[in-house]
Amino acid sequence: METAVAVTWLPVCQATDIPADGGACALVEGEQVAIFNFARRGEWYATQNLCPHKQQMILARGMIGSTGEACEPKVACPFHKRTFSLLTGECLNGDECAIQTYPVKVDNNTVYIGWA
Amino acid sequence: MAPQGNPTVVVIGNGMVGYKFCEKLLAKSTAFNLVVFGEEPRVAYDRVHLSEYFGGKTADDLLMAPTQWYHDNGIQLHLGDAVQEINRANQTVHSRSGLVQAYDYLVLATGSSAFVPDVPGVEKKGVMVYRTIEDLDEIKAYAATARSGAVLGGGLLGLEAAKALLDLGVKDAHVVEFAPRLMPRQIDTAGSAMLQSKLEALGLKIHLSKATSHIGGNGKIDALHFGDGSILEVDMLVISAGIRPRDELAKLAGLEVGMRGGIVVNDTMQTSDPRIFAIGECALHSGMIYGLVAPGYDMAEVVVSQLQQGARAFTGYDMSSKLKLIGVDVASFGDPFIAEPHSRSIVFEDAHNGVYKRINISPDGKYLLGGVLIGDAEAYNMLLQTVNNKIALPPHPEDLILGARGGEASEGAGVMSLPDEALVCSCEAVTKGMICDAVTELGATSVDAMKKCNKAGTGCGGCVPMVKDLINGTLTAQGAYIKNVLCEHFDYSRQELFDLLRINNIRTYGAALDHFGAGDGCETCKPAVGSILSGLWNDLIVKQNVIQDTNDRYLANIQKGGSYSVMPRMAGGEVSPQQLMAIGRIADKYKLYTKITGGQRIDMFGAHVSDLPNIWEELIAEGFESGHAYGKSLRTVKSCVGSTWCRYGLHDSVSFAIEIENRYKGIRSPHKMKSGVSGCVRECAEAQAKDFGVIATEKGWNLYVCGNGGAKPQHAQLLAGDIDKETLLKYLDRFMMFYIKTADPLMRTATWLNKMDGGIAYLRNVVVNDSLGICADLEAEIELLIKNYHCEWKEVVENPELRKQFTHFVNAPKVKDPTMEFAEMRGQRMSKAW
Repeated sequence: METAVAVTWLPVCQATDIPADGGACALVEGEQVAIFNFARRGEWYATQNLCPHKQQMILARGMIGSTGEACEPKVACPFHKRTFSLLTGECLNGDECAIQTYPVKVDNNTVYIGWA
Repeated sequence: MAPQGNPTVVVIGNGMVGYKFCEKLLAKSTAFNLVVFGEEPRVAYDRVHLSEYFGGKTADDLLMAPTQWYHDNGIQLHLGDAVQEINRANQTVHSRSGLVQAYDYLVLATGSSAFVPDVPGVEKKGVMVYRTIEDLDEIKAYAATARSGAVLGGGLLGLEAAKALLDLGVKDAHVVEFAPRLMPRQIDTAGSAMLQSKLEALGLKIHLSKATSHIGGNGKIDALHFGDGSILEVDMLVISAGIRPRDELAKLAGLEVGMRGGIVVNDTMQTSDPRIFAIGECALHSGMIYGLVAPGYDMAEVVVSQLQQGARAFTGYDMSSKLKLIGVDVASFGDPFIAEPHSRSIVFEDAHNGVYKRINISPDGKYLLGGVLIGDAEAYNMLLQTVNNKIALPPHPEDLILGARGGEASEGAGVMSLPDEALVCSCEAVTKGMICDAVTELGATSVDAMKKCNKAGTGCGGCVPMVKDLINGTLTAQGAYIKNVLCEHFDYSRQELFDLLRINNIRTYGAALDHFGAGDGCETCKPAVGSILSGLWNDLIVKQNVIQDTNDRYLANIQKGGSYSVMPRMAGGEVSPQQLMAIGRIADKYKLYTKITGGQRIDMFGAHVSDLPNIWEELIAEGFESGHAYGKSLRTVKSCVGSTWCRYGLHDSVSFAIEIENRYKGIRSPHKMKSGVSGCVRECAEAQAKDFGVIATEKGWNLYVCGNGGAKPQHAQLLAGDIDKETLLKYLDRFMMFYIKTADPLMRTATWLNKMDGGIAYLRNVVVNDSLGICADLEAEIELLIKNYHCEWKEVVENPELRKQFTHFVNAPKVKDPTMEFAEMRGQRMSKAW
């Protein structure tokens, strides 16, 4: 059963700041958030910037893609290529713990992160 | 938990073999009640890899299976509760805690204990054995205060224990062996001498032919006294002089035991009581006690079969073994010692590289009887198969240990000629036939899949290369063309995709994915396609930076902590004083750590991503350009001093190196390329370890290709000799373009040549003799890449849109990553450990 949690939509940057089919990192309320513009799919994702493998603030610089029959969107950490689902944050190719995901929306060229 | 009414099997002993018996029985049947008694306080652990306990592995890491496994499988487990008596008449066992357990069948897997020789003084403090984890804890504690230590016994286990002493910080470590050679049961005198010199190089001191007469010291050991009168002062002694089977229980129960110990068993592992079996190191079969784990596992398999009315029997075991002892390969197979007149030996001894190989051949030259390998045991698997299957020897049997010299050796072809019954994985008893069947019938086309099918390769792992070769050999035999497709998104090999993208004039990743791919791409195909596009058009990669791998994305090598390194090009390793000062000033300004690289240039570490464009702007203003240290591209062309200064130099190697490096800089390839130019045969630029290397001769230059340094060093091979510079560059153009077009992703030139049908002869034919008629095209294609070269850093520095992307926070471009920290070492910055 899902419970609704109220989020505040915080404007973070311009949509054009994030490279198409790539990502960039934003400072949100003191936290590092990786924002991904999956242009090919017309989708936006946001996760924590910290890769749990070696605790490095780097995920925003990773390559994104999809995997499996269901084309699950993922990001690969630049350091050792640990991949994480952009939908659930789950680690897809190792024992790392899942990464945090954030709600994200784009309105009028502004990117908003849903902050709880 | 098996229901009541099932027969009860009681296992006495929870060591490796006792555990394996339970595992194998459960795999075949749930019709037995299993009760296990273990004397040690913990469940079965890997005694074979005991020395790893000193290397950081915990006791839990070494467990064969966690305690939970026993509970999950309904095994009644009694640890730390040794069985003290077997009542054969009542078919019960009595344990120390007072438990009485009835049995229908009894399996004795009591193993052995460390043999302690009857030497006066052996009871003194500081004298220990090497068998259990508790022993190891004692050794570790004692070694902390010992300055010198000795191991009694120069066999397998003794040498491992000696290495453990070194690892524990006992600087003065000795090995004392009674026989005139080390590992007297496995290797011969010459092999022992080679092994000894390698061990001495590691700091171990070896004493052979030493009989210990007594151990000196006042309550605590201080020296070993030998029969020949000599004395060795030591603070501690680890005894590893052999094993003695634990047969006390059997003796007490009236079972037949051997004269020198060991519970007598027949071919079905039964003792003199048909309801009682004995397996592992406690069992005596045909006068042999087997001190290796693989025969013990085989014995366990026999008992499992017998319990189910099967017919499997134990008829002895091949004691051939290959192991890595303190980093040194040691292998012994068949009969290592057999000599004239029953055999003739071929011996290869290379004291320079520390390699000794001996093979014993039947007098008629037909069969291999056995041998010893020290320092290089790669041939072990094939040699063992040759002995065991009585495979006829080739006309030049010396090739078996000398290797195919100067010819086209096809790796792995030999395995397919093995008979189906050939035992490939001896730890888990998997034959060649079983492996090939798993490929054809169960679709196991990878080593991981094979492991799941029949456990081949899950024991010591030594057979894995042979398993891989069998998988590939079987697939090839089936006519399957083994094609390396890029990934789940592109069902083409790199070579195929290269041609498709060229023919269809595809210039972006998106277009490639739309036309020839599926899904949304990934971190494997994006850089691979990026590499292909660069190889076709050599457009600036910054224009498609989101598909590039880590380093190419930011045109810098990422380091621990998230900072980057900066490396300007220094073609041929030449740099002027003015350039050095410029680099010094810039590195100092940005607080970068500087170091000279193996590629003969300067690397600067610790740059924040947002500093990169500024640093490069300053470097470019000083006349530098990108060194492409971050790319799968040409790295550097090293040079020796050459004829301009060196008294030996035949030609100007530095100028040639600079010319070559500047010609091909910026070109991207399936993997990085490294090169060197040496001015004479002394080869100071190490050109023969390079993807392509040039060495001056009296008449001109020699061109070598497909060498490699790194983890698998390989010398480059001569493509053409005594040619002039123009010819050399022409051949290089063709060679490089041919590599770019036909290699797999991330395949170095060495691997590319190794996998090429026809090898260097074929490559020479294509590149030098134009056998495929493609050389004109190759030259034109690479000319396009050379013409299209631009310094990509210059592009970033001059383009504000691109420059904007070099920030950590997109919404706070002036803020650097607060989590990035540095430490200090020798007056310079260093990254913090992660």
